[in-house]
Amino acid sequence: MSAPPSSVDEGLAPGDLAAKYGLSVSGARPGLFEYIRELWSRRHFILAFSSAKLTAQYSQAKLGQVWQVATPLLNALVYYLIFGLILDAGRGMSKEVYIPFLVTGIFVFTFTQSSVMAGVRAISGNLGLVRALHFPRATLPISFSLQQLQQLLFSLVVLAAVAIAFGSYPSLSWLLLIPALFLQFVFNVGLAMIMARMGSKTPDLAQLMPFVMRTWMYASGVMFSIPVMLADKPAWIADVLMYNPAAVYMDLVRFALIDGYGASNLPAHVWATALGWALVFGIGGFVYFWKAEERYGRG
Amino acid sequence: MADTSQNPLAPTVICDDVHIVYRVNAGGGGKGSATAALSRIVGKGKAEVTRGVRKVHAVRGVTFTAYRGEAIGLIGTNGSGKSTLLRAIAGLLPTESGKVYTDGQPSLLGVNAALMNDLTGERNVILGGLAMGMGREEVQTRYQDIVDFSGINDKGDFISLPMRTYSSGMGARLRFAIAAAKNHDVLLIDEALATGDRKFQIRSEARIRELRKEAGTVFLVSHSNKSIRDTCDRVLWLEKGQLLMDGPTDEVLKAYERETAR
Repeated sequence: MSAPPSSVDEGLAPGDLAAKYGLSVSGARPGLFEYIRELWSRRHFILAFSSAKLTAQYSQAKLGQVWQVATPLLNALVYYLIFGLILDAGRGMSKEVYIPFLVTGIFVFTFTQSSVMAGVRAISGNLGLVRALHFPRATLPISFSLQQLQQLLFSLVVLAAVAIAFGSYPSLSWLLLIPALFLQFVFNVGLAMIMARMGSKTPDLAQLMPFVMRTWMYASGVMFSIPVMLADKPAWIADVLMYNPAAVYMDLVRFALIDGYGASNLPAHVWATALGWALVFGIGGFVYFWKAEERYGRG
Repeated sequence: MADTSQNPLAPTVICDDVHIVYRVNAGGGGKGSATAALSRIVGKGKAEVTRGVRKVHAVRGVTFTAYRGEAIGLIGTNGSGKSTLLRAIAGLLPTESGKVYTDGQPSLLGVNAALMNDLTGERNVILGGLAMGMGREEVQTRYQDIVDFSGINDKGDFISLPMRTYSSGMGARLRFAIAAAKNHDVLLIDEALATGDRKFQIRSEARIRELRKEAGTVFLVSHSNKSIRDTCDRVLWLEKGQLLMDGPTDEVLKAYERETAR
């Protein structure tokens, strides 16, 4: 057993030796601000990774990137068939309002839903990457949420076409889409980071989450108006449902986009609520994710 | 500590009684029937004790110190914990107990996991470079070097085709070219030497020697005693996760060859 002799350092305990030469613990969690700085220096990777994932998604299909637009369109069509024509869930709304209402709801909810699902697998589905390269792990959930945002932008093209087809023409209020979707994006990133940490410990969540997300979808009034549907139930149920983040962001986008969907359909203080959800989940999710930074990738 | 960093006897990596444990979900394979799984869910059990999870103790109490300028080979039979130890040094795999101290951020030579087969070679070069922590401009300036080094375009314009269309040798060459494009303080190489055809092997060995010169310390995991002898001056012999021997290359390799020849 020999190592190069080092007379001065002989007999020094490993920890003291490390301290003497200024060595740091490998893979230790950096401080919160240091972490944010590292993350910022990786911003180009985050962008490249998310758009690469998006491109790779449909590269085997013959129609290629056409599916970016075709997938949400077909989705909207299926829901319209079932909820619009068969179940008549659009009670209390004219057809000109209901169809854009439904399509908006689906797209906006899908944005959150797919961010959550991607978040669950962000770490557990990319262990190879986590174990091969060094980078702030928050890169992964953020990239995946960004990929969903890009996907949403494609859906917005479809959404604009639907809105115009049913008589809601572009107006200044459409600009409200930007803050509404930005707040939703921050909320999604936070939620994705929470799911990423939980999913890295319990990969089984990937099996469980579809059911949770479906329950959340039906409870958020994606395909019906909450106040109309729950008119004969105690008022607090409708209130709880309307202030849940998914419903808040959906209603804001509908309000921005659809002419016949006025402010009377929105709960009070809706922008403050949207901001609050974004801040609570954005900051909370980030800190929660960062707390376990050094443990991601454990076998 | 600027004054000590140039000292040739300054340590760059210190492993202090490192233990690494993998936890494996034995999934459907273990106690596999649906009724057994159901009774497991119904009957309460702490996550650690649950029968589905098995622990694999891959590295058991390894202690050593590596110094600036050393090239250290890691040898041992399959499953002896060599790659696992490398990952722990790189800070990619958390230790169960014990600590790994390093000077700067050691990097594992390899970007395979960040690349996507459905994307063109061109986009993969950019993605891989960014994944290793290069800036956008740095990737742009090195792009041509990487492509030339890989030799992907020797037989036509392959760099603009998806990576899944490459032959396995071509893919390996491009991956190595991307990974070797960056200089590292502490460089960890996991059997990356034997990729591609003979021509490319010579080129990649030359590149590794270059990287070695620039790096402070090099760790090399390999099953080829020849490449260990060519590159390393110190060897760690791991067996069943324990450090069996640590010493000059000749001494350790002789003992290792005696042991494996039996």
